[in-house]
Amino acid sequence: MFTKAKSSMAAFATLLAVSSASVPANAEDTIKVGILHSLSGTMAISETTLKDAMLMLIDEQNKKGGLLGKQLEAVVVDPASDWPLFAEKARELISADQVSAVFGCWTSVSRKSVLPVFKELNSLLFYPVQYEGEESERNVFYTGAAPNQQAIPAVDYLMNEEGVERWVLAGTDYVYPRTTNKILEAYLKAKGVAEEDIMINYTPFGHSDWQTIVSDIKAFGSAGKKTAVVSTINGDANVPFYKELGNQGIKAEDIPVVAFSVGEEELAGLDTGPLVGHLAAWNYFQSADTEANAEFIKTWKAYIGDEKRVTNDPMEAHYIGFNMWVKAVEKAGTTDPDAVIDAIVGVSVPNLTGGYSAMMPNHHITKPVLIGEIQADGQFETVWETSGLVVGDAWSDYLPDSKDLISDWRKPMNCGNFNTASGKCLGSTPAN
Amino acid sequence: MTHEIVHRPYPRGRNRNSPRTRAVAIEGRCGEGRRVQALMAAFCAFLVFLFLMFANAAHADEASVRAIISKFADAEGFSQVEKVIDELAATGDPLAVRTLNALNDGKLQVKRGGTVYIEENGKFLDPITGEPVDGADTSGLDKVKIKNSLRRTISAALSGMTLMAKDPAIRSQAASTIFDSSDASQLEALEKALAAETVPSIREQMEEAKASIQLFNSNDPAEVSTALGTIKARGNRAALALLSKYAASADGELKEQADAAISSVEETLSMWEAGQNVWYGISLGSVLFLAAIGLAITFGVMGVINMAHGEMVMLGAYTTFVVQELIRTSAPGLFEYSLLIALPMAFLVAGGVGLLMERSIIRFLYGRPLETLLATWGVSLILQQAVRTIFGPTNREVGNPDWMSGAFTLGEMSLTWNRVWIVCFSLAMFVALQFVLKKTYFGLQMRAVTQNRRMASSMAIRTPWVDAMTFALGSGIAGLAGVALSQIDNVSPNLGQSYIIDSFMVVVFGGVGNLWGTLIGAFTLGIANKFLEPYAGAVLGKILVLVFIILFIQRRPRGLFAQKGRAVEA
Repeated sequence: MFTKAKSSMAAFATLLAVSSASVPANAEDTIKVGILHSLSGTMAISETTLKDAMLMLIDEQNKKGGLLGKQLEAVVVDPASDWPLFAEKARELISADQVSAVFGCWTSVSRKSVLPVFKELNSLLFYPVQYEGEESERNVFYTGAAPNQQAIPAVDYLMNEEGVERWVLAGTDYVYPRTTNKILEAYLKAKGVAEEDIMINYTPFGHSDWQTIVSDIKAFGSAGKKTAVVSTINGDANVPFYKELGNQGIKAEDIPVVAFSVGEEELAGLDTGPLVGHLAAWNYFQSADTEANAEFIKTWKAYIGDEKRVTNDPMEAHYIGFNMWVKAVEKAGTTDPDAVIDAIVGVSVPNLTGGYSAMMPNHHITKPVLIGEIQADGQFETVWETSGLVVGDAWSDYLPDSKDLISDWRKPMNCGNFNTASGKCLGSTPAN
Repeated sequence: MTHEIVHRPYPRGRNRNSPRTRAVAIEGRCGEGRRVQALMAAFCAFLVFLFLMFANAAHADEASVRAIISKFADAEGFSQVEKVIDELAATGDPLAVRTLNALNDGKLQVKRGGTVYIEENGKFLDPITGEPVDGADTSGLDKVKIKNSLRRTISAALSGMTLMAKDPAIRSQAASTIFDSSDASQLEALEKALAAETVPSIREQMEEAKASIQLFNSNDPAEVSTALGTIKARGNRAALALLSKYAASADGELKEQADAAISSVEETLSMWEAGQNVWYGISLGSVLFLAAIGLAITFGVMGVINMAHGEMVMLGAYTTFVVQELIRTSAPGLFEYSLLIALPMAFLVAGGVGLLMERSIIRFLYGRPLETLLATWGVSLILQQAVRTIFGPTNREVGNPDWMSGAFTLGEMSLTWNRVWIVCFSLAMFVALQFVLKKTYFGLQMRAVTQNRRMASSMAIRTPWVDAMTFALGSGIAGLAGVALSQIDNVSPNLGQSYIIDSFMVVVFGGVGNLWGTLIGAFTLGIANKFLEPYAGAVLGKILVLVFIILFIQRRPRGLFAQKGRAVEA
C-alpha cells in the first residue's frame, strides 16, 4: 500500500518536473513530444496508464540515444476528461510548446474535438484506441483497431466456432458502440441472421444496475438457439455488468460475452473466477508469448515500480505508433509534419505479438486479431487468431453510406474519402 | 470441484465369465455326505473368485483409462484434446471424473511423452487417484488449454459419469446438463441411474432429462407427446428453450401441442417476471436509499447542499478495500467477516472527514447555499484527486465474501445474495437511524436545533457542536453505504459522482427533512425505473423518471412528505 502510494507520488513528482521542464528555455536541443491523455476525471482510469506508457517509451528511446541526435522531451498536459479542453490543450501543445507530434485521446468524442486543431495547425496525432472507423484524416494516425480488425472477426469466430445464431448487441450509449453495432447489424443481416434474432440494447455511461438487462439476456437466450452477447459496454460499467452475470449464473459455456472494451486493466478490478471463458477481441494480450512482449512487460513493471501492473492493447498501439513515428522521422531526416506524413506510409515496425505492423496509405495499420478467453488470474488466453495481418479499413464495407469510400493519403490521390462510384474526393469528413 | 464416487458400474469382467457356472461345477463333483462342506468351500471359492474378478476388472479399467488420459500429454490443439475427451466419455468410467474436472478448472498439467498431473495448490497429484505424486518431474510442464466448446464437451462427458455420484447435488447437476443438451448418447446411463435413484426430486429431474432426449430422438409420436407434457410441467426457461427448439422443426399435431406448451410456459414465466421486476425495483430502491440516506441528514435535516456527499460514499468503499487488503496479507481467515470489520471503520473514516469539513469550511458558510455548493464541490474534486493519487486511477478489487456471492431461486425468480443483503442492510440502517433521531438525547438535540436554532440555543444546547456532530453522522452513514455499494459497483475515484445526482433526486422527491420520505421516495423511484426499463430501455427510462420528478416537484415543491409547521417557513 505504502509503496504504491510512494510510487504514484513519485510519478506525480516526475510529471511536475516534466511539465515544468517544458518551459521553452532549451527548445533547440530537444525534440518535443506531446502527451494528451486525461489524468483526472472519468477517463483518468484508462488514460493515465497510457501517459505512463508514453513516458516510458520516450525514456527508453532517450537511453538508445534519442532521435536525430537530439533527446526527446515529453510534454504532458491534462485535458481532464473534458472534451472542449482537449482542443484547448492540443492547441497549447502545438502552438505554445511546439511539439513535433502528439500521442493521445481515448474517446472518439475527444478525438473529434481535437481534429480541427490538428488540421488547422498541421500537426500529427497518434490515436491508440480501437474505434468505430468511418474516418480518415491526413493528420491522424489510427494505431488502434478499426471495426474490421476487432468486431467483425469476433463475430465470425462466434458464428463459426461456437455456432451462435442469436445475438445481443449491448453497448454504452455513445458514438463508438452505436456505429459499431450499426456495422455489426448490417454484417449479421448480410450473413442471413433474422431481425428477431438480434437484440440491441444501450445503457447510459457508468450504468450500475444491470439486473433487468442481464435477466433480459437470459430470457433472450432461452429461445432454443445458441446465443452470444457482443459487448461494447464502456470501461467503468463493465465491473457491475460482469458481477451481475456471475451472480445470475450466466456461464460462458451457455451465453458467452465477447467484449471490445474489456482488457487486462479493466479485469484488474474484478474477481474473474466466475467469468472464466467469457471472451474479448483485441490485437494484443499481455499473455502473448513472444520475446518482444516479455521484454516490454519487464520494462513496464520496472518503470512503474509495481509487479502487479498489467499491460493492454492500447499500450501496444502506442508502442507501435511511437516506433513508427521514430522510424518515419529518421527516414525523413526531420520532424516536419508534412515530411513525416509522406515518409510514414509503408513504415513497418515489430509489434508485440511476434509480427510486423505497417502503416497503410489510409493511416490505419496492419494488425493480427486475437480472440482470448478470460482466465481465473485476470489474464486472457488466446483461443483463436487470424492467420495473417488484417489491414485496418477506415470506411466499412457494410454500411451503405461508406461502402464506396476509400482512403489514400499518398500522392496523387491524397484523399481521405474518395468515392469509387462517383470518382470524386468528398473533401472534409462528413459528420457521423 | 472434486467428488467422491461410490457407485461403480458393473465391471465388464463379471458377465464375460460367470462365476456361478463354476460354482455349480464344483458342487456336482462332491459326494452327498460332504455336501454342506463342499457348499461352504464352493461359496468361499466363489467369493475369492468374485474378489479377484472385481480387482482384476478395476485394474484393467484403470489401466485403460490411464492410457487414454496420458494421451492429453501429446494432444496438439483443441481438436485433438476434444478427441481425447470424447474417448474418455465413451468409457463412461467415473475414474475419469477427477481428470475431467481438473481439465475444466485449468489444473491439468502435461509434458510430452505421456506425463499428466493435476496441479493443486502447488502440489502435483495423480490424475486418477488424486494422491500426491512423490518425486514428480515438474520441469517443462504445460497447462492443457481449453475453450468454451471444450467446456461443453467436458460437462456433457461428466454428466454421464456423475449421474450415479454420491452427492445428490452433483447428480442433480448432471441431470440438468443432460436436460439442456438432449444428448442421446447419455440415454443408457440415464436409464440405469433412474432405476437406482432414490431421491424423488432428482428422479423427477432425470425423468425430465429423459423426456428431453426423447423429444428430439424418438420416432414414436406418443412418446414425444408424453415428453412434451413432462417438459411443459417443468415450466422454466430451460424448458422454454427446449420447446421452442422443438417447435421450430416440428409439424402437424405435435407442433400444435408444442406451441400450446410454449404459450402455457410463457404465461407462467410472465407472472414470475412481474415479481422479478418488483424485486429488481426494491433492490434498486435500496441502493438509491443507501446512497441518499446520508444526504437526507446533511441536506435534508441541516440544509447543507453537500456536493461532496458522493465522495463520502467513495471513502467508505475505499476503506473496505483497505480493510480487505490488510486481511488478505495478515489474517486471510477473517475474509468472510471483512465487511463487518469494514463497517465501523468506514463510519469513522467518512465521519471523521465530514467532521473536518464541517469545522474547517461549512460552518463559515451556513445560510449561503451558493457558496456552500461551490465549496463542497471543490472539496469533492480534492478528495477524488487525493484518492486517485494514493490508490491510482484504476478500479480496485473488493472481493465478495461467500455469503454475498451467487444467487438462489424462488420459483422462477432468481435472487442474488448480494442484493438480498443490501436490501436487509438498508432497512436495518433506516431503523437504526430512526432510533437515533427519535429515541436518543443526541437525536432530540439534533431535531431541536434544526427546527428552531435560536430556541434550542436558548435552552443551553451547544448548537455548533450539534451541527458538527450531525454533519459527521450524515457523512459516516454515507461511508457505511460505501461499504455496501463496494459489493456491486466499481471501487474507483469516480464512484461517488455516479450517485450524487440520484441522491439529491431521492431526497428532494421524498421531501426534505424526512427519513420516511427518503425511504418511500427511493423505493418508488427504484420500482418505477425497473418497470419502465423493459419497455423504454435504460437510457429513456432514466430520462422518463427525471421528467416525472420535475413535474412532481412543480405540483408539490416540498416533495412527498413535506414538513409542516412554522419552522419550515422560517
